Amino acid sequence: MSEDLGFFIALMLNGLSIGLMYSLIALGFVLVYKSTDAINFAQGEFVMMAALIGAVVVAFNTSPILGAILAVLVVLAVMIGFGFGLERVVLRPLLGRPIVAVIMATIGLAAVLRGLTPIIFGGETRALPLPIPDDPVVIGPATLPPIQVLGAAVAIVLFAGFSWFFKKSRMGVAMRAVADNQQVAQAMGINVERYFALAWAMAGIVSALGGIVWGSMLGVDVQIAVVGLKVFPVVILGGLDSIGGAVVGGLIIGVVESLAAGYLDPYVGGGTKDFAPYLLMILVLMFRPYGIFGKRQIERV
Amino acid sequence: MLAINNIEVVYDRVILVLKGVSIEVGEGSITTLLGANGAGKTTTLKAISGVLRSERGEVTKGTVQLAGRRIDGMRAHDVTRLGLVQVFEGRRVFEHLTTEENLIAGGHVKDAATVKQGIDMVYSYFPRLKERRAQVSGYLSGGEQQMLAIGRALMSRPKVVLLDEPSLGLAPMLVEEIFGIVSRLVKQERLSVLLVEQNAAMALTVAEHGYVMENGRIVLEGPAAKLRDNSDIKEFYLGLNEGGARKSYHDTKHYKRRKRWLS
Repeated sequence: MSEDLGFFIALMLNGLSIGLMYSLIALGFVLVYKSTDAINFAQGEFVMMAALIGAVVVAFNTSPILGAILAVLVVLAVMIGFGFGLERVVLRPLLGRPIVAVIMATIGLAAVLRGLTPIIFGGETRALPLPIPDDPVVIGPATLPPIQVLGAAVAIVLFAGFSWFFKKSRMGVAMRAVADNQQVAQAMGINVERYFALAWAMAGIVSALGGIVWGSMLGVDVQIAVVGLKVFPVVILGGLDSIGGAVVGGLIIGVVESLAAGYLDPYVGGGTKDFAPYLLMILVLMFRPYGIFGKRQIERV
Repeated sequence: MLAINNIEVVYDRVILVLKGVSIEVGEGSITTLLGANGAGKTTTLKAISGVLRSERGEVTKGTVQLAGRRIDGMRAHDVTRLGLVQVFEGRRVFEHLTTEENLIAGGHVKDAATVKQGIDMVYSYFPRLKERRAQVSGYLSGGEQQMLAIGRALMSRPKVVLLDEPSLGLAPMLVEEIFGIVSRLVKQERLSVLLVEQNAAMALTVAEHGYVMENGRIVLEGPAAKLRDNSDIKEFYLGLNEGGARKSYHDTKHYKRRKRWLS
């Protein structure tokens, strides 16, 4: 194999695994948007919260394996509870109001979480070590950090789970019905509020696991919330309401970032990976305004 | 089966839309509610089914009783659980779900076995839906969507169905087909139907009893056969003249005539 091809494959694999980790966070957006039509601008802050709580729990324990297991459980419990509570306290009073009200509420929530976090947890960057081997995983010409492989695996499992849920389970079908038309769903006997709460709790699950893998990779401080912004091009590219779209969008963004960093950065001195995804997003929106997999407005003629 | 006693509906706490409406729907029969646009027919249905709340409307006076049990003030999904379901105007299927998924969503309040039976029952009444079972419902034809909307409502095994303008925007042949199926459902499943229609001629043929609504009030009621003979109904809803012949708009000054129930 030539060196160029090896370099390309290494970049691709790196991009794909990072991409899956982006998709993981994007999934949080999609779950909320799919059922409530609201864009959760606090998604990044959810991830930050999860990572911080994870870091604190791990630091408390002396045994790394026990600590990690405990961290996952605690973070999951807290984030699910947070999702339910958020729906109850902040979002339910906004039911029946314009959707912009909900979006503004999530922006406000993001600001509050970002402001409170340093007060409660302090401003320093914490480590979130997971009990996985330190040696890089070698796949062909590529060497991937093990945390990236773990993140990708977690993402794949979650995607499979949620896809099954929405396609095959009655609850999932009901949830899609709610997303389609709330009033009619209500008249069919579906308790819309309960499904909204469920959607937020599911976003909590995704944020919990996403927070732990991202936190473990980057270290945990307020900055990790930026991940939420980085996945914007992912969801917009894939379509805000498509789980498959979140996966593909994430993969594309991951690969584009990785290729830009590998091929363009040497010429311009770095930084292309930060704007390449947005450039791609603008291009895609020109041709498919609803994203690659987003649901179109069905209009019969 | 369903009794509406003197209800008043207020939107946004100030706008009085229904002013003392009373309607009685008998078991195993179709009762129709006629009236012009904006008379308050759809609001009446929404007040009964409880979806009014999500539009910031409220039943401020009177009661709604389903089989003797008060349901006014209940939330829509609880009302459905008790056996009353509304089929909305303009079809409103879950566009992005397939035909069968629509039915599954419609059976939300029932257990899995009942849902399965329900799907078979709906397919037996609407064989066309079976052919389209895996198709995304947004792409069905208008008639098929109306069938799906009715079939989906049946999935909750209701005792009372509120049917809002099922003929809207459909070809006459389809309208006849759908009304034929609804009549069969009423007989075979002992359904009670409250039917809101603009197509008064069709509604008064299938219904046993009828009400006429204007400006948020009931202005006329009676057995459907009697309403068909009422000269005001003929003139304003059926477009017939006194002799029963089709009215030509060339030779009538229909604006001269006052509706007698108003005076």
